Amino acid sequence: MSTEEAPRPKDEVIRARQKARARIMAWLLAAFIVLLFFITIAKMGLHR
Amino acid sequence: MTKPAALPADWRDLYALTKPGVMRLVVFTALCGLLAAPVMPPAVIGFTAILCIALGAGAAGALNQWYEVDLDSKMRRTANRPLPAGRVDRQTALHFGVGLGAFSVIFMGLAANVLAAVLLAASILFYVLIYTVWLKRRTAQNIVIGGAAGAFPPLVGWVAATGHIGLLPVLLFAIIFLWTPPHFWALSLFVRSDYAAANVPMMPVVAGIQATRRQIAIYSVIMAVAAVAPWPLHLTGAIYGVAAAILGAVFVAMSLMVLANTATEPKLMKPEKRLFAFSILYLFVLFAALVADRWLLA
Repeated sequence: MSTEEAPRPKDEVIRARQKARARIMAWLLAAFIVLLFFITIAKMGLHR
Repeated sequence: MTKPAALPADWRDLYALTKPGVMRLVVFTALCGLLAAPVMPPAVIGFTAILCIALGAGAAGALNQWYEVDLDSKMRRTANRPLPAGRVDRQTALHFGVGLGAFSVIFMGLAANVLAAVLLAASILFYVLIYTVWLKRRTAQNIVIGGAAGAFPPLVGWVAATGHIGLLPVLLFAIIFLWTPPHFWALSLFVRSDYAAANVPMMPVVAGIQATRRQIAIYSVIMAVAAVAPWPLHLTGAIYGVAAAILGAVFVAMSLMVLANTATEPKLMKPEKRLFAFSILYLFVLFAALVADRWLLA
């Protein structure tokens, strides 16, 4: 018999929400980096 | 008061805090302001500027809901928003709004230019401090003065493209500024009981229904004239001018139907509901005509 308690439903909801938000943040950060890259390229073109 | 939220906020509720419905009109008018400018920035800079304006509008919406949670919980129309429904706690909303606002302004300054960032910051602060905190609960003119906040987007879009303010974007600002009172007063006529229950001094609650209908008609005429003005001033061509004249005539005619209505029951306020729906279409078509004019006649 396992000594660990099975997670309560509320904990599962909390983990699911944290996971969803973390995943969205990761995608947003990746998009931000890509956007910064292209902005830098565009700005270099403007100042040439 | 808001119910305590025991769970971390769902991302969909954070998204709802940004008032996506309002954001659509903000993004569209900002994009039109940018596209109507005489110089085009690189596509990625233009995209980033519009993104920052959208994020800034979202921040203003979140901070507005953070401050107005007590009002929202009293009105049927807003009672199911994330804060009054207890799905997001106030601190999360405050952090989300401030963070989003600061990010949008700083990113606008880095990607586009400082003047656009200053105007974006001014529009967020105007909406939150002048309209939400100061005017909304104190005067029936709340929507008249507060309307300036919603008038900023095309100006910011133009400045993001050009780096300076011109006469045309100032007129675009004036058009939205004058459009806001008839748009919101038409809505406030048929949700009057909501505003009265929440003690918000909207025009129909304070001055009465017929006085509000008169104000709607007066503002509609002034707005229609202001909307045509760029054409005789040679700032736009005939596509915009004719569209503005026709749309303005329809707007004024619908506002006169509102004036002629004597109903006090919301279910009999069909002219008001029609004017409210048309006012949204009006702004979309007017600004689309501006861009079509600029790109087809340039």
